[in-house]
Amino acid sequence: MNLIDTAFSAHEKALGVRSQRMELLSRNIANADTPNFKARDIDFRQALKDTQASTLQTSHRSHITNTDEESRSNIQYRVPFNVAIDGNTVELPVEQAKFGQYAAEYQTTLSILENRISGIRKALRGD
Amino acid sequence: MALDNLFGIAGSALNAQSSRMNASASNLANAGAVAGSEKDAFRAKRVVFKTIMDQQTGKSDMGNQGGVRISAINDDPKTISRTSSPGNPIADKDGFIYLSNVNEMTEMVDMMAAARSYQNNVEVVNTARQLMLRTLDIIKS
Repeated sequence: MNLIDTAFSAHEKALGVRSQRMELLSRNIANADTPNFKARDIDFRQALKDTQASTLQTSHRSHITNTDEESRSNIQYRVPFNVAIDGNTVELPVEQAKFGQYAAEYQTTLSILENRISGIRKALRGD
Repeated sequence: MALDNLFGIAGSALNAQSSRMNASASNLANAGAVAGSEKDAFRAKRVVFKTIMDQQTGKSDMGNQGGVRISAINDDPKTISRTSSPGNPIADKDGFIYLSNVNEMTEMVDMMAAARSYQNNVEVVNTARQLMLRTLDIIKS
């Protein structure tokens, strides 16, 4: 099954990172009025690199692995243009724009995956 | 899948914002209320938001962590004003009645802000739904 494993390459992982990113953005938007809430976002380049890095080698079942996505360093705080008086750093226009951008990027990755899948399907069917 | 959680997060925000709108509506409705003592006078209610953390939901698969909840409903600390109205049956012994400390302008602005935040979160739900449906379409390609 080498063909199918390699066909999706990084896009499969990218889709996961992008959906994680959408979740973080929705958290920011949900907490737009929460005092002292700090907006966060994913460093996409770092996150994608993390998915490709091999997991920590373990030689015993009680060893800790680094597969926990939340514990990785790719989630960072956004630097705001202005801080609200209640300590909130969510700037709704910024978040809305980013949300739109990320939704579009998610769909781009989806389209690429769709193309790959239909390609494989064509090859398998042989018509 | 992370997209699932969007519904929980945006849902918690919808809940919180509608409570905020409720508080504003209640404040506006009671704006004209008068009382016979400073203690009994109506004070504007303010909801305070807080982020939902892991340990509060108990388990990590609740799907709304990182969302928002209401941590407290506080009374507005603004001073209560009083006015002389000796003919009023609930006036105190000096002939004063105590007015609520609701400011209609503040309430209207707060209500509009809550409505906008609500719309934002509805939009998040819509986008999340579209993306999920498109992800499902992948099996048709």
